[in-house]
Amino acid sequence: MLTSQIKSNEIVFGSCNKDLLEEIIFYGIGLGADFVEIFIENTDNSSVLAEEDFITSVSPSFGKGAGIRIFKDKKDGFVSTNDLTKHGLMRSVSQAIEMLDITDNKKREVFNGLDKFRDYSSSKKNWINEVPSIHEISEKLLLSTKSLKKNNKIITRKGSYSRNLQEVIIASSDGTYASDIRLHQTVGLNVIASDAQYRSSGSRRFGSSGMPYEFRLWDHEQAANDVFESSMNMLYADYVDAGQMPVVLANKFGGVIFHEACGHLLETTQIERGTTPFENKLNEKIAHESVTAIDEGISEGSFGSLSVDDEGMEPEKSVLIKDGILKKFISDRAGELRTGHKRTGSGRRQNYSFAAASRMRNTYIAQGEHSKEDLINSISDGLYCKSMGGGSVGATGQFNFAVEEGYLIKNGKLTNPVKGATLIGEAKEVMPKISMCGNDLELAPGFCGSISGSVNVTVGQPHIKVDSITVGGR
Amino acid sequence: MNSKEITTQISKAADYLNLKKWDYGASFSNDYSVQVDKGEAKQLKASQKQILTIRVWNESNLVGITTTSDISESGIKKALHQANIASDFGNKNERTEFSPLAKDPIEVKDSKKRNPVGITKLLNLLREAELKLLESHESIKSVPYNGLSESFYERVYANSDGAFRSFTKSQAALYLYARAEEKNKKPRSSGSVKLGYGVEDIDIESCIKDASNKTISHLNYSSINTDKYLICFSPESFLTIINAFSSMFNARSILDGVSLSNKNSIGEKLSTEALNIYDDGLHEKNISSSPFDGEGTPTKRLCLINKGRLENFIHSESTARIFKTIPTGHAGLGSKVSVSPDWIVVEKSEENSALKKSLDHSTYEGEFVYIEELNAIHAGVRASQGSFSLPFDGWLYKNGKKISIESATVAGDIKYLLKNIVNIGSNQEVTTSGISPHIWVDELSITGDA
Repeated sequence: MLTSQIKSNEIVFGSCNKDLLEEIIFYGIGLGADFVEIFIENTDNSSVLAEEDFITSVSPSFGKGAGIRIFKDKKDGFVSTNDLTKHGLMRSVSQAIEMLDITDNKKREVFNGLDKFRDYSSSKKNWINEVPSIHEISEKLLLSTKSLKKNNKIITRKGSYSRNLQEVIIASSDGTYASDIRLHQTVGLNVIASDAQYRSSGSRRFGSSGMPYEFRLWDHEQAANDVFESSMNMLYADYVDAGQMPVVLANKFGGVIFHEACGHLLETTQIERGTTPFENKLNEKIAHESVTAIDEGISEGSFGSLSVDDEGMEPEKSVLIKDGILKKFISDRAGELRTGHKRTGSGRRQNYSFAAASRMRNTYIAQGEHSKEDLINSISDGLYCKSMGGGSVGATGQFNFAVEEGYLIKNGKLTNPVKGATLIGEAKEVMPKISMCGNDLELAPGFCGSISGSVNVTVGQPHIKVDSITVGGR
Repeated sequence: MNSKEITTQISKAADYLNLKKWDYGASFSNDYSVQVDKGEAKQLKASQKQILTIRVWNESNLVGITTTSDISESGIKKALHQANIASDFGNKNERTEFSPLAKDPIEVKDSKKRNPVGITKLLNLLREAELKLLESHESIKSVPYNGLSESFYERVYANSDGAFRSFTKSQAALYLYARAEEKNKKPRSSGSVKLGYGVEDIDIESCIKDASNKTISHLNYSSINTDKYLICFSPESFLTIINAFSSMFNARSILDGVSLSNKNSIGEKLSTEALNIYDDGLHEKNISSSPFDGEGTPTKRLCLINKGRLENFIHSESTARIFKTIPTGHAGLGSKVSVSPDWIVVEKSEENSALKKSLDHSTYEGEFVYIEELNAIHAGVRASQGSFSLPFDGWLYKNGKKISIESATVAGDIKYLLKNIVNIGSNQEVTTSGISPHIWVDELSITGDA
C-alpha cells in the first residue's frame, strides 16, 4: 500500500511528455509486446444536490491514473495504477508483460516513435473556468426545485447537477499521440407525488458535452413543468393489463430500447463472445425496411460526442442499419484484431481503470415520414409509451424495459394513463416489427454501463410503431 | 504512505489550514482478474487503486467533503482545501457529527486474509473450469461470460478526535455463465457465482456443476400463459426483492420521502407473522463483511422484521440523532451520508402455525412457478411506490414435471407479497447477498407470451 515518492520523470498534464511516453512504449515493445497503449487521465469533477428548498450535498472530487494495455497475438494484459511516475508506469508495463507470460523478448514489432502530437485540448483549456460556479449551480437548482412545488401532492422534489472534466493523454506503439479535454454536464429533476394510497414519480435528465455555458441556458421552468405534469398524469393511473399488443414509443429517450436491445448486439465485444444473433448477418435484412439506424460521435454538444476516442481515433458516423439491412458493427482496437471489423472510433472506457471496448456513442433510429398522430391513429387497441425508464438486455438477447409514463390507445386515440408496464422481447424478433417511423427525431442523454464501465451516450429516435410486443403488467 | 502516515499528513495539513475537525475514509486495493475464451487467455487485468474521502467541519460546524485518488502530500492538501471550500455549502438543516461509536471496540477477522495465488494460477484454474463446463453437456457451446479474480484491500477510518480503525482483507470470485444451443431452439444461458476469502476457498467444482445444471435445465422451454400463479421464490430471488425494497427499513430513505415507511412505522405489521428478517453484516458466511461502516461505527446484527412487525430501522449518525437512537453501522461516507443494508438474513419465526406445511418445491405436485433469479432490478422496481415488474429465469411446475419458462415477468406490490407469504422453507441457503429459505407467495401476476 505504498504511494511512490519519486517525483522526477512523472507525467505532467499540460507539458510535453513525449520522451517519457516513448521510453515506456520502447520498453514494452523491447520485452516482446506486439502492441503497447498508454491511457493517462486527470479528472476534476463536482456534483450538487438540491432537495426541497435546500442544497444538501456538494461533492467535489479529483484524481489521476493510467491504464496500460499490452497486446500479444489476440490476447491482452491490462494494468491500471495511480502512480504516474516513470517508475510506476514501467512497473505496470512489466506487470502486463509478465501476466501475458511473454518470455520471448526477441524484438519483432518495430516502434518508430510517436507521431506528431494531435492536441484536441488546445481550445478547451479554459473550460474549467467557464463552467458555472457552485454558487451559480446552487441558485439554479433551487429555482428548479421551487418550480416543482406546484401543489401539495408533490411530496419530494430533487434537482441534481454533475460536472465531469476529464483530461486525457493517449499514446501507443502505432505512433498514436493525442490529448483531449472532455466536459460533460448533466442536470436531473425528480419528484414523487402522493395522495392517499396513490403514488407516482417523475424524472427527467438533460445533458451536454463540451459546452461549458449550456447549463446557464437550461430552461428549468419548462423542465419542472414537464416532470410535474408527468407525475400528476400517472398519480391515479391503473395498472396496465398484460398481453401482446401494438405500441407506439415516443421519441427522445424511447430510443433506449434500440440502444439496449439492438445496439449492444452490434458491438464487436458481442461477436467476440458469440452472443449476438447478428454475427453473420452483414448485408442481410435484420429489421423492417423503414428502419435506418446510426451510431456516431460527432454531433456537436451531444452527450455521446467525442473529439477522439479513448484509443486515439477520431470518431466516425457509422450507419449500422440502412433500410433494414445490417451494414456495420461498432468496433474498437481489440474488436478489429479479434473479429476483423474495422475500428469506428468507438473505443471507450469510464476511466483509466478500464480497458477500452467497443461502445455506442450517439445512437438513434433515423426519422421517417409519418407524424406522431399517423402512428397512433393506425392502432385500434394498444399502448403509447410516452416516457421510458431503464432496462436491460440478457445474454441471449431478450430485453425488458419499464414504461415510466404510458397511455392506452383505443380506436386511434390516446385514453387513460396506465402504470406498471414493462416491454419484453427479443431484438431479432422486434426489429422487423418496427413498421412506422415518425418525422420527429430527437436525442436524449444517458449513461450506459457495460464491459468498460459507465460511459456517456445519447439515445434517440423519432416516434416509432412496433406492430406487436409483449407488455408485462398485472 | 501507509494509513498511519496519511492520518499524520492530514492532521498536519488541517492544522496549516486551521481546520480543527476532520475525518476521512480511505481504501487501498490490489486486484487481479482473468477471462478466457475457449481455452485461450482473453484479458488479464491487474489494478492498484487508492481512494481517499476527507470531510472537514468549518467554523460554523458545516461539513464539506472531497474525494481523490491522489494520496500524495500535495493531493491531501488540495483535498482538504477543496473540502473546506465545499463546507460553505454544507447542509444547515441536517448537521453531521462524528459517530458516538467511532471509538467503540470492533471485531476484526484478520485470520481470513489469504495470500495472492498470482495471475498464472488464476488463468490455469479458469481455463480448466471453462473446459469442464464445456464438456459437461454437448449443448453447451460457449462460456461467454467468465472470470476469476482475487482482491486484497485495506479500509481505514480516522478522525481528529483520535478515532482510528483499519482492517485488511482478501476476496476471490469465480463466475461462469454458459450458453447452450440446440437445433431449432433459441439459445439459453445461465450461470453461477462463487465467492471466497481466497481462490483456494472457492468451490470451483460446485460452480461448474451449478452453471451446467442451470443452463441445461433451461433447454426445454415453453411460453407461459399470462395469469396469477402460486410462486416459489428461490433464496437468491427473495433476497433480491428484499434488498430492492430495503428503503422500507432505511431511516435515510424515510427522511428523504422515498420510503414506504415513515418515522412512526416501528411496530407496524409488514408481513405474515411467520417471517423474521435481520441485517447481519458480521455473519460468518458474509465474505464481504466489514467490521465498521463509513463513519467508523461498528457493524452489528440488527433485527428488521420480528414476527412480521417492523422492529428497527438502519441508521447513520445523523439519522440516528434525528430518530433519537444510536447509529447502527450502515453509513456510507459522502457529502450526504448514505445508509444501506449489509447482509440480509431471512428466517421462519416461531409464529408459523398458519403456514401451509405441504409446500416444498422438490415434492409439491400442484402447479406453481419457481423463480430462480430476478433480472433488471434497476428498471423494474419502483421502491418509493412499492411496485415491481421484473423479468425472471424460472420454471413452471405442473403435475410433478418442470419446464423452463421462455420469457416472462412477475409483477406485484411488496406489501402484498410480504403479507401473502404462504410458506417459508425450513432450510436456509447461503447466497452471495445473504441467507434465506425458499419463500412461497400466493397469487402473483405473471406475464408470458403464450
